[in-house]
Amino acid sequence: MDDPLVIGDQQYSSRLITGTGGASNLAVLERALKASGTELTTVSIRRVDAQGGTGVLEVLERLGIDPLPNTAGCRTAAEAVLTARMAREALGTSWVKLEVVADDRTLLPDPVELLEAATTLVDDGFTVLPYTNDDPVLALRLEQLGCAAVMPLGSPIGTALGIRNPHNIELIVARASVPVILDAGIGTASDAALAMELGCSAVLLATSVTRATDPEAMATAMRHAVLAGRLAHGAGRVPQRFWAQASSPPR
Amino acid sequence: MLINVNGTERDVPDGATVTEMLAALGVPARGVAVAVDGTVVARTDHDHRVVPDGADVEVLTAVQGG
Repeated sequence: MDDPLVIGDQQYSSRLITGTGGASNLAVLERALKASGTELTTVSIRRVDAQGGTGVLEVLERLGIDPLPNTAGCRTAAEAVLTARMAREALGTSWVKLEVVADDRTLLPDPVELLEAATTLVDDGFTVLPYTNDDPVLALRLEQLGCAAVMPLGSPIGTALGIRNPHNIELIVARASVPVILDAGIGTASDAALAMELGCSAVLLATSVTRATDPEAMATAMRHAVLAGRLAHGAGRVPQRFWAQASSPPR
Repeated sequence: MLINVNGTERDVPDGATVTEMLAALGVPARGVAVAVDGTVVARTDHDHRVVPDGADVEVLTAVQGG
């Protein structure tokens, strides 16, 4: 595999991780996931209704995509730990996208609860991928306690505001020795490309694809954006200049 | 016996194991997780863990999200 994304003991050739939330129906979701080229996709864990399964796992299975359960909706460490343990039994995976949010209006991570939940789950043998603020100090703490990746937000979930503090993302990348995955806030392809140019190892997005007018086209755009950003990051960009510099010879 | 499943009272056979309870509820055993009285029941224990009368049971599965 060329330039794989390595998280824990897994390797992925795609650096685009997607979510499944927000799609109008499963057929639209399936086409978008396929177009994105993703190999790892989040699902939520909820009470089963009378019909049982919702069909989302079958879609992932057909496409050969690994499910990544999240703890969306959890507000305390205790809730998140219980949800992760339920997900492990339901899906047979010890991987979890750890999400502990502070309130419904911002959906921003609660750092105190997040650290507590991450500590418990790492000790319990989980591969923990925490959704975190774009805070370089918190990101380092999460790595030090054993998280397999850190996933700072570009902007709050579902806002499509892009990357509001690119310098913080660069600071997180500069000190991390686990993959940094830009999670939340991506609006369009240029945001995903920027995340990769800043040195992120991968991008996690959902809304920008599933709620786009044409999810399949946007998923394709995101796949190309992540590839382009990754290549540009490694290609050594030219420095920015205040004054012009001719690119043609003088005579 | 009566137990509480996801907030709704349900009638299942007395002394049912977790696996038997799921069958009685008509829930496919695959892709679900069960907690009894706030404690997660490991999948490997579903066949022999007996659900107590009046238990508070949560049955969860994967849905679109995130």
